[in-house]
Amino acid sequence: MLRLICKFLIAGVAVTALIVGALSGCSERHSDSTTTAPATDAIATRSAQQQVTIDNFAFDPQVLTVPAGTKVTWLNRDDVPHTATSSDSPPKFNSKAIDTDEKFSYVFTQPGTYPYFCAVHPHMTAKIVVK
Amino acid sequence: MTRKIVEQAGDDGIDRRGFLQCMAWVGTAVVWSIGSGGILTSRALGAEQKEQQAGDFCFAQISDSHIGFSKEPNKDVTGTLQLAIDRMNQLKAPPQLILHTGDLTHLSKPAEFDTVDQILKTAKAGQTFYVPGEHDVFTDDGKAYLERHGKGAKGGGWYSFDHRGIHFIGLVNVMNLKSGGLGVLGRDQLEWLEDDLKGRGNSTPIVVFAHVPLWTVYPKWGWGTEDSEQALSQLRRFGSVTVLNGHIHQVMQKVEGNVTFHTARSTAFPQPEPGKADSPGPIKNVPAEKLKTMLGLTSVNYTERAGMLAVVDSTLG
Repeated sequence: MLRLICKFLIAGVAVTALIVGALSGCSERHSDSTTTAPATDAIATRSAQQQVTIDNFAFDPQVLTVPAGTKVTWLNRDDVPHTATSSDSPPKFNSKAIDTDEKFSYVFTQPGTYPYFCAVHPHMTAKIVVK
Repeated sequence: MTRKIVEQAGDDGIDRRGFLQCMAWVGTAVVWSIGSGGILTSRALGAEQKEQQAGDFCFAQISDSHIGFSKEPNKDVTGTLQLAIDRMNQLKAPPQLILHTGDLTHLSKPAEFDTVDQILKTAKAGQTFYVPGEHDVFTDDGKAYLERHGKGAKGGGWYSFDHRGIHFIGLVNVMNLKSGGLGVLGRDQLEWLEDDLKGRGNSTPIVVFAHVPLWTVYPKWGWGTEDSEQALSQLRRFGSVTVLNGHIHQVMQKVEGNVTFHTARSTAFPQPEPGKADSPGPIKNVPAEKLKTMLGLTSVNYTERAGMLAVVDSTLG
């Protein structure tokens, strides 16, 4: 999992920033630090896009597009539990219960479209697109 | 004919003495009395209490106790469930059995199921019959629920039984929910239902209980069951069918021919009316003194002589 993230980072940054970028990406996957220059900025931007927030019985964003190897994290801001459950059969991922302020993460290694829903409130649907 | 029930006046043929007994605590309740012809009448109740007639049978419905929920507007859902049971127990003639229409727990945790068991043990009613809500099954596909309450049941926990001439059918519409879908009964359960009803006379009073409404309340919030029509079409030949559901944490009624639909309040927290909020989440800004007026239980009285069921909603405050 960490290796995949590193691979992506390596592909995404300049050669001169390669080592620094990869190291910081592996050790601080959800860092929102923006203290250093181009490489770190790219990581921070990507970090922000990796999160799906559950608020008011909806996934936000509804469609999240990420590069292969990205770890996507769902954060539940609602007062009731939700799930992020793959709509595929069999399900490709299933968070089980994500209670208030809890998180669930899943690493998408293969390109494709991954529709998912909340198994408690099936009217809540969204998808992850992996390029 | 499909229509929303509005209060009706006029002769309903109901013997008040026969069905008001269960309502000792009532202040704001509405009585629903169902004749064998499907004629339904409602009336507001005072705090009066009548003598129960021999042959009457009273049972209660509670729903959505959500044990484990601990946020606004109710940080003591255990206390409010206990209050509902206490109210039943205080009646001169407590209900003989209780139906719990699901979401016993909030997160299907063993400790939450244990708490429900402990509180229900304090009920004077001889027995409690359960059906699961989605909160009882979504973490483990119903394993913990079925270990406790699935004995003798079929599939995801459906079953039927007879009591005092009424045929009770507990259905499960919260298993294997599909993305974007509503509650679902599934083919196996529908086939079982067909078998279960086979050979039963049309005059047998039927009570169906399930968690998600078996009529379409508000599909945008998932408040309905996609294949409920296939169940209802098997039930329409009966002269008196009462469908009791939970899930939406508020009282709603509807009648279609001889079938009367009813949803119960939660004992834990209220939810908004369909479309009256951005989402169906708990109504949070409820003053403490008002909360108990938004929680409640339902009692149903059956007068064998008249072949009628009266459904009564009561709040906890």
